Amino acid sequence: MKTYQEINAKIESGQAVVMTAEEVIDYVDRKGLEPAAAEIDVVTTATFGPMCSSGCVLNFGHSTPRIRMSEAWINDVPVYGGLAAVDVFLGATQLRHNDPANMYHPGEFRYGGGHVMEDLVAGRELQLFALSYGTDEYPRREIRTYFTIDDLNQAIMVNPRNCYQNYNVAINCGEKKIYTYLGQLEPRLKNATYCSAGQLSPLLNDPLYETIGIGSSVWLAGAHGHVYAEGTQHAGLCARGANDVPLGGAGTLALTGDMKQMRPEFVRGVSLIGYGVSLALGIGVPLPILNPTVLKRACVRDRDIQAPVVDYSHDYANNTGRVLRMVSYEELKSGRIEVEGRNVEVASLSSYRKAREIAEILAAEIRDGTFRLSEPHAPLPRNTAMKPLRIREKSP
Amino acid sequence: MNAIVTRKLMLFFPKCECEKPIIYELVKHYNLVVNVFRAKVTPEEEGYLVLDVTGTEEDIERALAYVKTFRVSVNFTGKGVTWDKDRCTHCTQCVAHCPTHALHIPDRKTMQVVFDEEECIECLGCVRVCPYGVCASAF
Repeated sequence: MKTYQEINAKIESGQAVVMTAEEVIDYVDRKGLEPAAAEIDVVTTATFGPMCSSGCVLNFGHSTPRIRMSEAWINDVPVYGGLAAVDVFLGATQLRHNDPANMYHPGEFRYGGGHVMEDLVAGRELQLFALSYGTDEYPRREIRTYFTIDDLNQAIMVNPRNCYQNYNVAINCGEKKIYTYLGQLEPRLKNATYCSAGQLSPLLNDPLYETIGIGSSVWLAGAHGHVYAEGTQHAGLCARGANDVPLGGAGTLALTGDMKQMRPEFVRGVSLIGYGVSLALGIGVPLPILNPTVLKRACVRDRDIQAPVVDYSHDYANNTGRVLRMVSYEELKSGRIEVEGRNVEVASLSSYRKAREIAEILAAEIRDGTFRLSEPHAPLPRNTAMKPLRIREKSP
Repeated sequence: MNAIVTRKLMLFFPKCECEKPIIYELVKHYNLVVNVFRAKVTPEEEGYLVLDVTGTEEDIERALAYVKTFRVSVNFTGKGVTWDKDRCTHCTQCVAHCPTHALHIPDRKTMQVVFDEEECIECLGCVRVCPYGVCASAF
């Protein structure tokens, strides 16, 4: 048994024993669970992939004369101005003004909110255009200027939902090609897409939220950020396997971090043909090895994590809940799975290669004492399920 | 001697060179087997042609000398489809859409994507599906 204080003291003294969630599997196999749990202080988990429910709050400072921005655009991407005078919120999936979307199907969606966030973090120059109705103390009614992230007072990422605990594997049982947020799916079960780092993914290594909670420190694209709430659609109450690992979506995290500390290779705009724009993020979450149970869960392997294969041509769109089969991440990562008697080519949208890189970077930062763990001040709920949106009449 | 080889080439046509039956000449007078992957040769515009030529080294060399007399530039390395290694996130999305496995994952432990340019037939499948715009077409 260890405490957060003891682990942080070891990190501070440069003595912490840190392993990635991939390395630790074989290590524990060799050493045995109890001795390894006594020795290892932290296991690092990571993921890199599109996370649509992401965005940022930007503060521009005040011009002379002042403006109270009521409508604003950054590189022609609309941002939300319903906050204070020069605060805006930019959402990752916001399309650029005049993007034809899917009017000429499939749309290309080359630039949007996620790309603005990438440009910001990469230090590129962006254009701000804003309008106002004008008030006595904010008389300016229009502004057009150029800025980089260094010119902003704050650029804080505020992501309502990141790190989905597990996810669907998308396939197309229909007769025509479809375009989804899980990529282009050829008809008649020709290809399938998954999106998870599997055995490296944060919440798959802590399936019951025993260490990751509200207030936990996370590595958000290079910044030292935090879990600020349960993520939207968090549903701890879900079907789980014998190892307590969810058999579908389940838990999510709401994360925040300072974009000025972020690294551009881990903040990438995403264009999904026929679907829209998004943002891919690199996230690392350290797990404190408080006891052998925590370590045991962190040793989960791809073969012990199951994901549901879902038909996106009909079942997903119509919310039928039908699952074609369960499949392990070991099978998915092999590149081929069998579905309905067909041998299907599999690809990912989540980058395992980048997840590994992030787990290593975070491990190195903990070893050299620059990244500390923080104890959550509230756990993530385990007793809530996801509610559907009912279409109903107005109450009498 | 005179072994038969195959070369993948990208030809760039400046304006106005497209009325010459260059491919015909390659076959007829230089004994080459020609396999065109992709072409965009429009009158009054610059044009591109990506193709395999098969023949003896000597015939290929003579043919290229002939082609160059039309101010057509021949590119042996930069092909019509490029993959930006530094911007690739290795998500692997392209791999399922690459019919020749030019884009593939040699080691399933690291899940790193590599691009084998020689295998690329320029179907442009990757250009459409890459979420990061990492695969691009020269034309």
